[in-house]
Amino acid sequence: MSLTNTDIERIANLARLELQPEEQARMLSKINGFFGIVEQIRTVDTTGVVPMAHPIDAMPGALMALRLRPDVASEPNTRDLNQRSAPAVERGLFLVPKVIE
Amino acid sequence: MGELHNLSVKALAALLQTKEVSAVEVATRFLARTGGNPHHAFLDIDSEATLAQARASDAKLTKGSAGPLEGVPIAHKDVFVTRDFATTAGSKILKDYRSPFDATVVSRLRTAGMVTLGKLNCDEFAMGSANENSAYGAVTNPWDTSRIPGGSSGGSAAAVAARLTPAATGTDTGGSIRQPASFCGITGIKPTYGRASRYGMIAYASSLDQAGPLARSAEDCALLLSAMCGPDLDRDSTSLDVPVENFSATLGEPLQGLRIGIPKEFFGEGLAGDVRTAINAALQTLEAQGAKLVPITLPRTELAMPVYYIIAPAEASSNLSRFDGVKFGHRTKDYTDLVSMYKKTRAEGFGEEVKRRIMTGAYVLSHGYYDAYYLQAQKIRRMIADDFQRAFEECDVIAGPVAPTVAWKLGNNASDPLADYLADIFTLPASLAGLPCMSVPVGMGESTMPVGMQLIGNYLQEARLLNVAHQYQQATGHHLQKPEGI
Repeated sequence: MSLTNTDIERIANLARLELQPEEQARMLSKINGFFGIVEQIRTVDTTGVVPMAHPIDAMPGALMALRLRPDVASEPNTRDLNQRSAPAVERGLFLVPKVIE
Repeated sequence: MGELHNLSVKALAALLQTKEVSAVEVATRFLARTGGNPHHAFLDIDSEATLAQARASDAKLTKGSAGPLEGVPIAHKDVFVTRDFATTAGSKILKDYRSPFDATVVSRLRTAGMVTLGKLNCDEFAMGSANENSAYGAVTNPWDTSRIPGGSSGGSAAAVAARLTPAATGTDTGGSIRQPASFCGITGIKPTYGRASRYGMIAYASSLDQAGPLARSAEDCALLLSAMCGPDLDRDSTSLDVPVENFSATLGEPLQGLRIGIPKEFFGEGLAGDVRTAINAALQTLEAQGAKLVPITLPRTELAMPVYYIIAPAEASSNLSRFDGVKFGHRTKDYTDLVSMYKKTRAEGFGEEVKRRIMTGAYVLSHGYYDAYYLQAQKIRRMIADDFQRAFEECDVIAGPVAPTVAWKLGNNASDPLADYLADIFTLPASLAGLPCMSVPVGMGESTMPVGMQLIGNYLQEARLLNVAHQYQQATGHHLQKPEGI
């Protein structure tokens, strides 16, 4: 299987990345090189194998179950500190370009 | 006393506790060594911040309320967020970012008394095997500055090898602690997935990322690992609810009767002769110490590479969506609407390898390809984890090389990312399974470059790995070798 320029454009849009034409050409060739090696996994018989999303899933014992914590606030409000590294902030709000006309 | 910078974590801690040196003296000494930023190992140094921590440590030592590692310096890989230093993850998109909080690993080591020397260079978002993907420039190997230090924790390994710090933190997603430790002739361990909290560790691939220490001996790694691990149940849902052990307690156990599994797939054609020779000699030493070598098989070793490079990019494409120019980091100056702001910000902020992994990840998760690639990779991941469990029926630990070759020349693989991916072949299987594993220096290969032996244990068997490594280091002096002029 080989990807085309159209595939690269489609994925770049999904991934919210603007690629320059020469960057796009390089991306296409490198990703196709990678998928050349990946193809071997499609021939592996995985009938009946349960997908493993997480190593904890493979560990023995009930201790290893994923947990949820109680839904209560655990952190103090440090909004100013949290917004210190934001590119554009006004009155505690993050500023973005206009979305609704 | 010897020169401070050549002392181990253990020796420094003892001198500090008995007040033969002060934390400020030690910090000043190491800060002087980082002057001029040798090997380009550091991304942020702030001597005032370091000395403030050292003064606080001295106060605790005086009051008698000191932690076990009070005053001992450490430097952190730049993927751990820190309040006192900038955090960039080696990326332009986080240039000058200041975190409002410390990562759990950072705060635990501080609680144990350690003083932060600064932040260490790494591959951008920990994606790389040579440290050449850092947006702030490559790191050089202290053994030969024309060579790479390994990656992605390349700054960590180079700084420890060059005695710029007695210890460093690293993160290991597919080999990023073990491989640079191997290439720089030092000792490093990645604990069981979930042992160390991921809170405040900038996420690359969440089901694989794990923190661990890099130092100059297994004995030091045991001290550091004991201080950094432990449950963090409210802040990391994958943190294991298992009490932290004193990993130093069993270092002295003899190796008599230990069964060491030797996977034949790790000793195939792809293994360079010099690495093979060094590893075989180390295995003979372990045998002479009473261990028994058992042939085993990990039949899906070759599949680990494609499986890893599907799963890790898939998780990365999701994790890195948070870098959008809104809440923190870089924002492009030139945009027309929200979507163009996202696209240009990310295009300007991310390096080529990061973009490639985001693209690969978005592709394998996209409609029509999810089952064939992502889900299939997750199924083979389970088969790889099962292979290890079968192997551990016949052995207690597994040993083999960390990497197929010694450190290569800077720029060697620059145009061929696949060559870097293939160099990870022996570290990826244990990462996919979430097993603890480490690198132990076992001597020199070609061009007098260090070779590391990998030890892999079953879940929660870090103490066993450190025990084997420590016993080996009692019988040999490879871990004591240092680059010329240091």
